[in-house]
Amino acid sequence: MNQLSQTLERFGGVYLLPVFVGLIAFVLIGAPSSWVTLTVAGLSMGMMIFLMASGLSLIFGLMDVLNFGHSAFISFGAFVSASALAYMSGWLGADNIALNLIALFLAFGAALAFGLVAGWFFEVVIIKPVYHDHLRQILITMGALIVSEQIILAVWGGAPVTVPRPAFLEGSWLFGDVTVEIYRAFAFALGLAVYIALYFVLKRTRIGLLIRAGVENREMVEALGFKINRLFVGVFMVGSALAALGGAMWAGYETLITPALGGEMMIVVFIVVIIGGLGSVEGTLLGAIMVGLIANYIGFLAPKLALASNMLLMMAILLWRPSGLKPAVK
Amino acid sequence: MSLLSLNQMKTSIGQYHVLHDVTFEVPEGGVFVLLGRNGAGKTTTLRSIMGLWKPSPGSVHFKGEEISGLHASDIARKGIAFVPENMGVFGGLTVEENLVLATANGKFDAQRLKRIYQLFPALEQFWTKQAWSLSGGQKQMLAVARAIIEPRELILIDEPTKGLAPSIIDGMAEAFAEIGQSTTILLVEQNFNFAKRLGRGMAVIDDGHIAHTGSMADFAADTTLQEQLLSLSS
Repeated sequence: MNQLSQTLERFGGVYLLPVFVGLIAFVLIGAPSSWVTLTVAGLSMGMMIFLMASGLSLIFGLMDVLNFGHSAFISFGAFVSASALAYMSGWLGADNIALNLIALFLAFGAALAFGLVAGWFFEVVIIKPVYHDHLRQILITMGALIVSEQIILAVWGGAPVTVPRPAFLEGSWLFGDVTVEIYRAFAFALGLAVYIALYFVLKRTRIGLLIRAGVENREMVEALGFKINRLFVGVFMVGSALAALGGAMWAGYETLITPALGGEMMIVVFIVVIIGGLGSVEGTLLGAIMVGLIANYIGFLAPKLALASNMLLMMAILLWRPSGLKPAVK
Repeated sequence: MSLLSLNQMKTSIGQYHVLHDVTFEVPEGGVFVLLGRNGAGKTTTLRSIMGLWKPSPGSVHFKGEEISGLHASDIARKGIAFVPENMGVFGGLTVEENLVLATANGKFDAQRLKRIYQLFPALEQFWTKQAWSLSGGQKQMLAVARAIIEPRELILIDEPTKGLAPSIIDGMAEAFAEIGQSTTILLVEQNFNFAKRLGRGMAVIDDGHIAHTGSMADFAADTTLQEQLLSLSS
């Protein structure tokens, strides 16, 4: 194992893992057009999962809070966005990209705003009383997740909800015999834009510096004169809003959503955060892309293994790197 | 008036009463040393002053103002810096980022930075390196530099020589002597030779009580007292 790690570090470290996975899949799949289609699907799926998981990773890294209710924000983001899109269906269906875009970003804005406000409420009312107590955190956030599912059932009903897509994101691009779904390319681009923005904030701003320092040593940040509890609330709100945005993107990807969406995504989100390494945005991106690629490749090569693929990936990575691929320095 | 005064300070951690009656005063200027055996309560005393553990009400006064019960960040903003036993440097941040985080507005004062470079030349050399890659001595330099990157009236330093090579310890002693000319240092130390080079005043803590206070010169001359309080043999 050590030898493998050293060899990998020499050629670019863990960042090369998705490339290795892609190359192996290319050999196994054989048909280049299928491989490109699956790779784009895997990357876009990875980016959407990244949106959902990045906030959870920062929340755990900075606040040491195990928030099983995180996926409630994914669900609410999906349903709020679906309702907003349905309300603006006239603009969505219009043969006008500007109107399509306005409707789409208003729906995403609604999901983000909901995530921010609900995140603030959740942190202050549910999380704050159970700081430093993991068992109570698990119990109360699991409870909150169940309650949130019931609220969704009460508001939107139990039947699957259809999510309309903007006209300009319907269909596919054809490059020879390679098919790339436009929505997936858009999801990839949006996820990448959010990652770049997060990276810029964390690496180039004072708030980002404080968050990175707080992930390592909260006490020392306080001893330097900063009120870390305010930072906790801010990070929790942003993390919840990102989850809601991820949920909104996922709703458009699936086009049919149910109240069980959050519960279903929770396992994947936790796997990504654990694979990536807690508290690290780079690690979360890497973990999300790995999960997205493996899910698509295995789904094509060995459909019966598709459900277990994420678990197998997590087991393999944790055997190799118990702290995850790119954990924050502690 | 003393800069810092502790009056019958008591601190409990969970169900354990660690400090029972800690009373001493730190005068302004120079280095004041708190000595004691392992587990006597030295670190708890510093952490209680800093607000990281809550001491009894009314027991800590800084420049005449009560600070016990205040949040650590508020205590820091009053002009007290803390260098913990584990140094508390942020390993994932560069040397520059560690220092810029300790500035009030994210900008360095050129004169202070120059002084830090003079005291700890290694920090300039490793300016863009992540702190985890520094040696133990360099991390300690960074931790102390972070405490003086802004004007502070009191610096609490917990066992800075622990695990360091003798040559690094000598350099550290010179740096503390220089810093102590403009800022008061409350130094917790087990290395008595290091402590007696620097300290003007001193106190000995034993089992959560202050067992002795006085001048370092007198204590250094009294080997019987050293043997009694610190189990030091001459």
